[in-house]
Amino acid sequence: MLFGIYSLLSAGIFLVLDALDVAFIEAAVGAGISTVLMLSTLALTERKEKEPRHKAVLPLLVVLVTGAALVYGTLDMPDFGDPKAPVHQHVAPRYIQQSPAEIGVPNMVTSVLASYRGYDTLGEVTVIFTAGVGVLALIADRRRTRRRRRRG
Amino acid sequence: MGILGHYNYWIVIFLMMVGFYIVISHGNLVKKIVGLNIFQASVFILYISMGKIHGGTAPIVAEGVSRYSNPLPHVLILTAIVVGVATTALGLALVVRINEAYGTVEEDEIHAKDSSL
Repeated sequence: MLFGIYSLLSAGIFLVLDALDVAFIEAAVGAGISTVLMLSTLALTERKEKEPRHKAVLPLLVVLVTGAALVYGTLDMPDFGDPKAPVHQHVAPRYIQQSPAEIGVPNMVTSVLASYRGYDTLGEVTVIFTAGVGVLALIADRRRTRRRRRRG
Repeated sequence: MGILGHYNYWIVIFLMMVGFYIVISHGNLVKKIVGLNIFQASVFILYISMGKIHGGTAPIVAEGVSRYSNPLPHVLILTAIVVGVATTALGLALVVRINEAYGTVEEDEIHAKDSSL
């Protein structure tokens, strides 16, 4: 449940950061489908976590050290919202200036997704198909063995 | 802006470390997947916050607007969210299957059952 709220909150963050399409997807797929999947898994397995046997000091230490290293790494990153950041210099200006004329769709995200980087979307569909086949193989096999057990 | 201009990275790092901590400190496999998802969402926020420009609007062509946020990270993250949900579904299916075979989703109990065989 909390997980769904987290997903919805991050959709709100994307909205504030001008990423309308990403916010839609996150609200629909992240908050919707993920929550349903998570809840159904919990229904199929155990609902409560068992008490951990060992203290969680070593993981905390590892996390703190990694976090400190990452913060140190951000020190020479460009500022938040800086228009002169290197991200905005190379490919994006061409998309922003040319895509309305070249593709004819006012939404640049759509034109980049479906046209300029269409192969990415093809790869994405392949990944989803593979994941679907994997899930079916895992779950459908389970049903068959259960039936076999009932017969035997 | 100085050093405070980096606050978006710090939020991302905090979320990332929360997810990382959940993954390495919990033995429950469902909780591990929740941690992985939190980690993943922090990476999404990193990309989207990099695409933001001060004073820019959403990358949809409109009259009288000349400054747009960067559309490229949006496209990449759009793809990544969908792929992330697909991999989450696969991971959860594996957890269901493990629960079916071992009768538990706790890591140490699975190890104990494996070594007793």
